[in-house]
Amino acid sequence: MRLEYFQLIDRIVDLNVGEGTITVEAEVPRHNTIFEGHFPGYPIMPGVLLIEAMAQSAGWLLIAMTKFERMAFLASVKEGKMRSFVNPGDLLTIDVRCLHEGSGYAVTEAKIRVKGELRSNATISFGVIPFPNPELRGHMDAMARRIGFPLQAATP
Amino acid sequence: MSSTFDQVATIIAETCDIPRDTITPESHAIDDLGIDSLDFLDIAFAIDKAFGIKLPLEKWTQEVNDGKATTEQYFVLKNLCARIDELVAAKSAGA
Repeated sequence: MRLEYFQLIDRIVDLNVGEGTITVEAEVPRHNTIFEGHFPGYPIMPGVLLIEAMAQSAGWLLIAMTKFERMAFLASVKEGKMRSFVNPGDLLTIDVRCLHEGSGYAVTEAKIRVKGELRSNATISFGVIPFPNPELRGHMDAMARRIGFPLQAATP
Repeated sequence: MSSTFDQVATIIAETCDIPRDTITPESHAIDDLGIDSLDFLDIAFAIDKAFGIKLPLEKWTQEVNDGKATTEQYFVLKNLCARIDELVAAKSAGA
């Protein structure tokens, strides 16, 4: 997890395009300036960043399901729940399931667990549109290699 | 048609918190009911699920943007319901 670059996930550990599921891992850094403010003397991972981590995980699933031809943009978050604290150093396991792939949009269900315990979950929807420019597509290609995106899973 | 309309009207009423009795077959989802594109995604999701179809929103949007269709053709509810019935029939024929 590189919070300063808004890279919330570290690696894809499982991806099943046919089933519409993905499992991602992300390690919360032990030290980061975010924790100086959230909160002084009591550092916890901000809930909005947990939502973002789930959204990024779901985004990779949708990129795979669209064979790396489309980008997912966050549209709505429903039933977002922060069930208990996530602390510096925690290893997050994020599971996402695609509930529905519509025309130009998708609905997903995401869960964050730490050591098997559910810490956060949400139903997250996206607009799913063709990559708006080659620069973003190139960036996502590079990111895919960094997080171990199985490119063969997205081969047409 | 009436059954489809009843289901769609109920979905719209529940999704967008619009009084059910203000929704008629002549209502334009955008112009009359004030449904924006984000709320319409929720409606599309509910319709897709309820009818087992995939509303071709991207195709419709493209046609409107290209001037090949009007929003009335897809977003006046009686017309939307007719499109849904066509999609359901096409799905049944292909099954």
